[in-house]
Amino acid sequence: MTAATTPAGAKPISASRLPGLAFLLIVASAVVMAVLVLMPLFTVFHDAFSKGLGKYLDSIREPDALAAMRLTLLVSGISVPLNAAFGVAAAWCIAKFEFRGKSVLLTLIDLPFSMSPVVSGLVWVLLFGAQGWFGTWLIDHDVKIIFATTGLVLATILVTFPFVARELIPLMQDQGADEEAAALTLGASGLTTFWKITLPNIRWALLYGVLLCNARAMGEFGAVSVVSGHIRGLTTTLPLHVEVLYNDYDFVGAFAAASLLASLGLVTLVLKTALEWRHAGELAANRRH
Amino acid sequence: MPVNSLPTADTDAPSRLSLEISGISKSFGRFPALKNVSLQAKDKEFLALLGPSGSGKTTLLRVLAGLEQPDAGEVRFDGEDFLAMPVRRRKVGMVFQHYALFRHMTVVQNIAFGLKVRKRSERPAKSEIDDRVQNLLSLVQLEDLGKRFPSQLSGGQRQRVALARALAIEPRMLLLDEPFGALDAQVRRELRRWLREVHDRAGVTTVFVTHDQEEALDLADRVAILKDGELKQLGTPNEVYENPADPFVYDFLGAACRMPGVVAGNRLTVADWETVAEKGAPQGPVEVFFRPDEVAFAPTDGAGLAGEVKAVAQRGPDVRVECLVEGQLLELAAHGPSLPAGVAPGLALRIKPLRPRIYPVAG
Repeated sequence: MTAATTPAGAKPISASRLPGLAFLLIVASAVVMAVLVLMPLFTVFHDAFSKGLGKYLDSIREPDALAAMRLTLLVSGISVPLNAAFGVAAAWCIAKFEFRGKSVLLTLIDLPFSMSPVVSGLVWVLLFGAQGWFGTWLIDHDVKIIFATTGLVLATILVTFPFVARELIPLMQDQGADEEAAALTLGASGLTTFWKITLPNIRWALLYGVLLCNARAMGEFGAVSVVSGHIRGLTTTLPLHVEVLYNDYDFVGAFAAASLLASLGLVTLVLKTALEWRHAGELAANRRH
Repeated sequence: MPVNSLPTADTDAPSRLSLEISGISKSFGRFPALKNVSLQAKDKEFLALLGPSGSGKTTLLRVLAGLEQPDAGEVRFDGEDFLAMPVRRRKVGMVFQHYALFRHMTVVQNIAFGLKVRKRSERPAKSEIDDRVQNLLSLVQLEDLGKRFPSQLSGGQRQRVALARALAIEPRMLLLDEPFGALDAQVRRELRRWLREVHDRAGVTTVFVTHDQEEALDLADRVAILKDGELKQLGTPNEVYENPADPFVYDFLGAACRMPGVVAGNRLTVADWETVAEKGAPQGPVEVFFRPDEVAFAPTDGAGLAGEVKAVAQRGPDVRVECLVEGQLLELAAHGPSLPAGVAPGLALRIKPLRPRIYPVAG
């Protein structure tokens, strides 16, 4: 408390009032946090287990739930590595080279952040849906994108595109291109330089970005909802599965599936905090958030 | 110190040209960084590129390394077309201004990097790499710090690691970008001598970039002075210091006093002082330059520029004398014995530049 360090008699009113106010603010935020975050989190687990552990396990082991989990893993398993690769490539271009249209590229990378996920899903329907631009051609050639895994992957990629790139760009800009230049003069090839110099220098930030990207990919609802078609056991990812069950008044099933997503969130949070704690200096996040 | 990992300097054909730069131009967008620069370096020569910031010296160094491609011109090294060669094949050892050590590698790993990334057929055996790294570590006097990471080293130590790393590949040419830029004055002077020793022992053509004229004159065999992307003068330290090509070089290489004057025939007139103009001096209005320590003090009835002493400051044998000459306050330097007794503030005297240099008035 600042009151202890203030000389006696100097501005006694503000010195005593400020800590009191700070204390009130802390209590207020704690209450808000409890109501808005902890209580819902508690509700999820409470309702999931409301009919006992057996019922909980049953609804998780149900074929549609397993299919939804598999699909979620598949979709994020495809889109996260792709976005990691795109993100590294984009960050590398932007941070290490000067070229025309750099700021346009930067803005484009940010676009998914400022766009409603529903739009990110809808664009694919407009392109590849039955009535879309390429719809007839796709039907003629028997290629299914909308209401299929491909569509889910596309929608997820679009929504989660900025996570890795945004994490890497400030860090790589900070590090500059001198180490790469040094490696080249020492006789390393471009590829060796990338694997031995560039990648090790960004590994923790990359992991951090991948973590956030994965959390979003697995939890994405809006964009995938548009392209999914909600075919049970076929095109429902875990978040969509929650919605389907909830609309069917299967509350235990819905909350059981939701508890899996909530756990994913908690694991992500722990890993994220651990990374921030161990490798603070190598994460751009600390300068941005 | 064991230096058997370095190529030994052979003595034959010491004046053979090794580096030939001709007509190099390079622009960044609309900014011309280098304008038609041509210069040569002899085999095993220590060449300094000296200039103020923005003079293009670092760009030239990066062109030599292959990190920048010039818009026009040619670079040949030992007769080979260097520009056609990618960076990695040029075998130039480069020490970057901020060292660019690999931060996730130890000192040993940093030094060994250039050897380990070689193709298997050209890569030395592991034991040989270890030996060579040890030799280099002792050359740069860092035997005990091999396991440290760059972040655990001081500036001077990092600089020596960067040099060892560059030498590890047995470079055909050594390029140093402001090698002492980030070090304090004391460490700087020590490393300067040591770097010259390493160069002499390694026998590699070395090009180094600096903005510090004292460093360049002290260290290099020849100095190339650049300004605004143009080569102003190239010569030995003595040549450029004694015979600066233009006012910029004169001014850049050391403290300078500057007075307006007029040349008519073989007579030079500066204020009320008249003297013989050097042969071939430009006619008409000129600028006269002289070094503050190359003056003779004379009584008012002698020859020279009339002036008045404003201040005298003595530091050991060196005396700084501030004189008002023709409305201009000149800071002159003298050694104790060369200063006549009785020079004190308020004294009127005459100052005679001993070796005035005459340049035409810049247009």
